[in-house]
Amino acid sequence: MSMNTPSLLSIQDLEIRFRTEDGEIAPVRGVTLSVAPGETLALVGESGSGKSVTSLSVMGLLPRPAGRVSGGKILFRQRSGRTVDLAALPLSDLRGLRGAEIAMVFQEPMTSLNPVLTVGEQIAESVRLHMGLGHASALKRAEEMLDLVEIPHARRRVHEYPHQMSGGMRQRVMIALAMSCNPSLLIADEPTTALDVTIQAQILALIQRLQREIGMGVLFITHNLGVVAEIADRVTVMYAGQVVETGSVGEIFRTPRHPYTNALLNCLPARARRGEDGRRVVQSIPGSIGKIGDGCAFAPRCVHATDPCGVGTVLLETEMDRSVRCLRWREIPA
Amino acid sequence: MSALPLLAVEGLTKHFGRAPHPVRAVEDVSFHVAPGEVLGLVGESGSGKSTIGRLVLRLIHPTSGTIRFEGEDISRRPERQLKALRRNAQMVFQDPYASLNPRLRVRDIIGEALDAHRLASGSRRTERIAELLETVGLPAAHMSRFPHEFSGGQRQRIGIARALAVEPKLIIADEPVSALDVSVQAQVINLMQDLRQRFGLAMLFISHDLDVVELMCDRIAVLYLGRIMEIGSAKDVASRPRHPYTRALLAASPKADPDAPKIRRMLTGDIPSPMAPPSGCVFRTRCPIATEECARNVPKLRSAEGDHQFACLYDMANDERPAAA
Repeated sequence: MSMNTPSLLSIQDLEIRFRTEDGEIAPVRGVTLSVAPGETLALVGESGSGKSVTSLSVMGLLPRPAGRVSGGKILFRQRSGRTVDLAALPLSDLRGLRGAEIAMVFQEPMTSLNPVLTVGEQIAESVRLHMGLGHASALKRAEEMLDLVEIPHARRRVHEYPHQMSGGMRQRVMIALAMSCNPSLLIADEPTTALDVTIQAQILALIQRLQREIGMGVLFITHNLGVVAEIADRVTVMYAGQVVETGSVGEIFRTPRHPYTNALLNCLPARARRGEDGRRVVQSIPGSIGKIGDGCAFAPRCVHATDPCGVGTVLLETEMDRSVRCLRWREIPA
Repeated sequence: MSALPLLAVEGLTKHFGRAPHPVRAVEDVSFHVAPGEVLGLVGESGSGKSTIGRLVLRLIHPTSGTIRFEGEDISRRPERQLKALRRNAQMVFQDPYASLNPRLRVRDIIGEALDAHRLASGSRRTERIAELLETVGLPAAHMSRFPHEFSGGQRQRIGIARALAVEPKLIIADEPVSALDVSVQAQVINLMQDLRQRFGLAMLFISHDLDVVELMCDRIAVLYLGRIMEIGSAKDVASRPRHPYTRALLAASPKADPDAPKIRRMLTGDIPSPMAPPSGCVFRTRCPIATEECARNVPKLRSAEGDHQFACLYDMANDERPAAA
């Protein structure tokens, strides 16, 4: 992210700690990323990379009291122009921003919607709270929102309960709920992972259309690299709680500079290569995320690792619009 | 197909619940799998792909149709006469967390299969378990551990070792890599490919991921609302699809390539309920080229070339499009 574009969201060297039975752990220990207005940043990583914990911290939704932000800043530019640090903001102020300026869509629409309220009531509740509308106009707004997310027969379906809808329709309701107060930042955490591909394509197109129309920034958390290529302007890759690489979507896919990014892309079945026996084989990354010790967390699985990779802290280096956390990234051919 | 098929399914139908509105999970499905061949079953929710897997293993009873294993009709055989099938056909499940008994050590999870078929006992049993663990890439010393001590990918390896314990000829793999991270998924795919080669295993590989299926399978059957829409070699189905649903499914799968064209034909609407499937062609309510004709009769599978077949009135490859499309 070039410095002259004012960011909507700027996370700087974030560290998050959790108290567990076995002592304190740090699932996030070095996240730096930014989202500009109108931009989609895809945050990519495998299980345990810390991507979801990062997104929860932006909304102030870390489980309390076990989890806390123990370092760094989460700077958010409000509509008023004022920039606040969400990590240090009192909960009451954060509640005012949540829903109104920052909205979130989760993976499982069934568990994130209230089963005993109609979908219309749920949207109306949010609109009354954040926009101060009366009962009738809030319900009218709910109907408009269902229409906006292309739910057929919105006037009738506003009175339906979540269980009466399909998974795809429920995710549309979640998006309608998120959009109801015109947020400037949308955090979408695996919003299409539970959906069939033909429905996923509809939901991705919907999020992109709304983003264009409303001009909001989107932080899109996913493990699906196909979805990333489809929707992202820029990509941030996480491994073991740290950002290892950030770049434009074209750069990340065409010339990945971090060995983990490169290895991850080569694991895709579509990139399988024919072996000597004529069989098509995918590359895999040996081992799994192990105990995090000194040095680069990926070093034990990295084909380019040398002795210096195993000692000391590896910093996230930025050059132009590219950031890479690797001692050897300049010497490894892209 | 020259050799006798290992598995031959004819007119297989499964309805859950009672008339007048049963859930029509599988409707008149026919296919065969040769020894050592891998057939992919692809489809979205409600396509019947998992139900077919369970029917073939006779975990549920078919409503009608026949299932032949090595030429013998097993579709109505009573449970006590299914022991040979249980030995010859094994399942690998999707969720490696739910499919292993958390109270058993790995030794006993795999050992149960050996005991049930009296394949090994005493020190030979331990040797065999060690051998099976090594076959799937796990250290033999891990046999005294419990499932919770393993990662998702390692658990899936244990599930595969359990399936291999009885030396089956057919493996039904129901979304075996869907719950795994990309890097682990690649490890398990390669393991399954190796095992297939080594033991000459045939597989029914059930998945919603077309890229994985294309990589793993010799042939692919595309299912929608319980019916086969298209079946043929993996290459033909994936690169020369003839059915509009297969085309839509391919177009909707995001490609991990930012330079790939973004504009794709998008299917509108939801998958209809299998309790009230559309008349005629079940896909017609979402089909971009459907006509009134499509509501009348269920289209029969017809041949494209070789053993590539598709169930559509219109052949898009030969410009047999309806005038309106």
